[in-house]
Amino acid sequence: MAYKTIDEANQAVAAKIVAGSPFLLDVVPAKSVIPELNEGKVLLHAGPPITYDKMVDPIQGACVGAALFEEWCETEEEARKMLESGEVKLIPCHHVNAVGPMGGITSANMAVLVVENKTDGNRAFCTMNEGIGAVLRFGAYSDEVITRLRWMRDTLAPVLSAALKTKEDGLNINVLVAKAIAMGDEFHQRNIAASLAFLKEMAPIIVGLTEIDQTKREEVVQFLADTDQFFLNIMMASAKAVMDGARQIQEGTIVTAMCRNGYEFGIRIAGMGDEWFTGPVNTPQGLYFSGFSEADAAPDMGDSAITETFGVGGMAMIAAPAVTRFVGSGGFYDALNTSNEMTEICIDTNPNFPVPTWDFKGICLGIDARKVVETGILPVINTGIANKKAGLGQIGAGTVTPPIDCFEKAVLAYAKKLGFTE
Amino acid sequence: MLHTIIKANSYQDSIVLMLLTNKLNTIDGVHNVSVMMGTPANKDIFKTGGLYTDELEKASSNDMVIVLDIEDDSLIDQVLTEIDVFLEEQTKGGGDTTGEEVVKTWDKAFELGKDAGVVVFSIPGTHAALEIEKALDEGKHVFCFSDNVAIEDEKRLKEKAHDAGLLLMGPDCGTGIINGIPVAFTNAVRKGKIGVVGASGTGIQEVTTIIHKLGGGVTNAIGTGGRDLKAEIGGITLKDSIMTLEKDPNTEVVVVISKPPAPEVRDEVLNLLRSISKPAVTIFLGEKPTSHEENLYRAYTLEEAAQTAIQLLNKEAVTAVKETLSVPAHSFKPEQKYVKGLYSGGTLAYEAAMLIKEGLALTGDDHAPEGFILKNQGHEIIDLGDDVYTQGKPHPMIDPSKRKEMLEEAGKDPETAIILLDVVLGYGSHANMAQELAPTIKEIKANAKAEGRELFVISTIVGTDEDPQNIHEQETIMKEAGVILCDSNAQAVRLALAILDHPLTQTDKAIEATPAVNPVTIEPTEAMLALLTNQGFINVGLRSFSEAIINHGGKVVQYDWQPVAGGNITLQKALQFLNKVALAK
Repeated sequence: MAYKTIDEANQAVAAKIVAGSPFLLDVVPAKSVIPELNEGKVLLHAGPPITYDKMVDPIQGACVGAALFEEWCETEEEARKMLESGEVKLIPCHHVNAVGPMGGITSANMAVLVVENKTDGNRAFCTMNEGIGAVLRFGAYSDEVITRLRWMRDTLAPVLSAALKTKEDGLNINVLVAKAIAMGDEFHQRNIAASLAFLKEMAPIIVGLTEIDQTKREEVVQFLADTDQFFLNIMMASAKAVMDGARQIQEGTIVTAMCRNGYEFGIRIAGMGDEWFTGPVNTPQGLYFSGFSEADAAPDMGDSAITETFGVGGMAMIAAPAVTRFVGSGGFYDALNTSNEMTEICIDTNPNFPVPTWDFKGICLGIDARKVVETGILPVINTGIANKKAGLGQIGAGTVTPPIDCFEKAVLAYAKKLGFTE
Repeated sequence: MLHTIIKANSYQDSIVLMLLTNKLNTIDGVHNVSVMMGTPANKDIFKTGGLYTDELEKASSNDMVIVLDIEDDSLIDQVLTEIDVFLEEQTKGGGDTTGEEVVKTWDKAFELGKDAGVVVFSIPGTHAALEIEKALDEGKHVFCFSDNVAIEDEKRLKEKAHDAGLLLMGPDCGTGIINGIPVAFTNAVRKGKIGVVGASGTGIQEVTTIIHKLGGGVTNAIGTGGRDLKAEIGGITLKDSIMTLEKDPNTEVVVVISKPPAPEVRDEVLNLLRSISKPAVTIFLGEKPTSHEENLYRAYTLEEAAQTAIQLLNKEAVTAVKETLSVPAHSFKPEQKYVKGLYSGGTLAYEAAMLIKEGLALTGDDHAPEGFILKNQGHEIIDLGDDVYTQGKPHPMIDPSKRKEMLEEAGKDPETAIILLDVVLGYGSHANMAQELAPTIKEIKANAKAEGRELFVISTIVGTDEDPQNIHEQETIMKEAGVILCDSNAQAVRLALAILDHPLTQTDKAIEATPAVNPVTIEPTEAMLALLTNQGFINVGLRSFSEAIINHGGKVVQYDWQPVAGGNITLQKALQFLNKVALAK
């Protein structure tokens, strides 16, 4: 397909984002869908490529947790030695059709959600949300964390898998997103409506899975009911599936991925295919649980910014009045200004997801790297804030922006690719 | 010491509680505090935060839990009160509801401002020409506050605007009233049937505020920028503005304000004013007219221009307005002979210099050294708005520091007899200039008195009772500081001259017949006429300009302008390349 101009190519990419149709098909062991995880000791991580020594403490902690979970070793010391020696291969989630929250650490036997973009037939994977408190994604690796991961592998995943398989095409995610956005979710900070809508879909089916032990079914329904952010990971996998479908068009300046590894922020643009353009990550600004402050915050991390790439999260701040106070001085009008400002760096709005609190304007569609560079307006990303020390978990939530360098490098590289000389 | 307070069945979402926690942490004597719902997960967070107590176990998920680390138990009541106040405030909502949209791109500015007739610029001059062009291309009138625009660009853009039937007000246009809405450094003047066109900011301010004080009104005062009447530009904006006011059904009298134009421009402007049907008043500051023409009246001072316009509006005979100056008794020391003018308004300084030269019959070189409008023997008139004084500093209408410094110097000088000042009110100006200047004035007068010198400080306040500053308060402060206040700058200078025993007299001018006129076709475009009733603006640059517009019922799209790609030339070129590149081979 040949496009005459970048604007045309960008519109084509945006059209593919609108046409994207993610369905949640299954929950399976990661190694069954990601072949790379079967080649020795391998861990997936969030963000652009990174080595273990550059990882911040919570992500190293999550690596330790994963090593213990996989029973590669008995103790934390052994795990750290193994990781420091380079024995464990590290691969970005994004390189294997996956995304991971916060540290994004994913190993062979962890359960992952399987989302298929029916439009292009491509799939994306993401681990499930562990809940709050001491959790692997924030760098905790205590027995409690490992025990929960095993329960997710042995109970949660099989039950959800069985439930999803009763649906012929899987679960249509766009429908849930459209519903939940009208109920005040923006899908990065706030997912409670979508998580409830998901529970509403699943609960009756799970109740009917009489071949599964009742205790297990009760545990699963209870976990889904308790986990306000459960849908976040489904949203991430869906956004990844849709954006990967859209970036089959390898032309133009639409941002197709944004992610962070605690060290660097990386973006991809359609016209530069798989290449990452990176800059140093920022530290989130936000509200902290008591006893914590910005001084305790880990730098920005996670693949969850794929939600903003798709147009939700911070890009749709106005959809979630309840969490608007995480932005700026924190009122509804701040959120309105933020969302209005985001339209300045996007090429259009997505008619599939009208936002009632935005006078039914559709969510932002297609971040144009050119516009980011031109205006200096950076995408706003909603995020959890991890303690910079591993094992202590989440300490707050807020917003963060990418460094402008990513966009400047991407725009310059693409211009040069097309024949621009300085 | 940890204290636990449990408010049973009191649900608040976690964000509210975090904000509340932040607030409670600011109370003196509170070492640490945390407010959360009593969920199991939150109890863990209390633990990690070092705020765990046994009482926490009693709390359920529906209870609000406050754990306080305080020494003084008496604080508990204060904390509880603060919590109640905060939670009540939370339910009130609020925030910014003006609905003024802030944008950062032209695309968005034009999209939201499609009904805006005027784009106001206050951005660095080096970027202004390019941006003005974008606004003109979009069919918008332009009001350009920015200066440092090359005169070649001004000429090209004014010709472009003229050809498109638009007005380019500026560059370096500091003052204007559009449809009763003050733009940039402008006073709040009541609407009325006097239309003003001016190539001088403070000139427009002085004339329009005097008109207001005399009971008249100005709906439109179109600024042209200071260079419009230079030969290179040829008065493009001024002439188009005069034509527009001529065709405006709501304008009855036209006032034209400028420093002396280039001779050929002057002839064209006068010819045009002779061609229009409405009575007109001109003031070419620095020229002393000796007569009027029929329907074309020639003023010598800004005050006279305003008075003449009012007489014409009231269909009265045009005569010099008689005044009785109350000259205070004074006894100067022999060496006290000189007037020092410390002005924030350039045109007012110019007018003062002109009157002093005439009154004292000063001769000699007309070219004052840099930084002076007049420097003759010991007489000095200074425009503190001159670049010499504003390098890296705000304008003296905003920042009084330089003027205070020079007041002290002038006060110490044993040869100073009289100090002339102006206080310019209006949008953009300092909120309380009188209060800033008063202590220094008191001090120098007291010091002079201690040395047996009498020092006069005479000032005028350029403003109206509708200005954002309180004019009556400003007057009171100045009077209390011992300043003699006059109704106009011209009157202030005349009083100074009278004190020095060189009074100026005002005489009536004869009205002569109109000379031959080259007929001119007067056809302003619809867009030009629409300017006079324009409500909508796109404000590119200083946000403070938006405030005045909104206060006067106008609508603004605020465009927070920044140079493309932060001014990075390589990136700008790369973006231009990408915007134009053809992908298909």
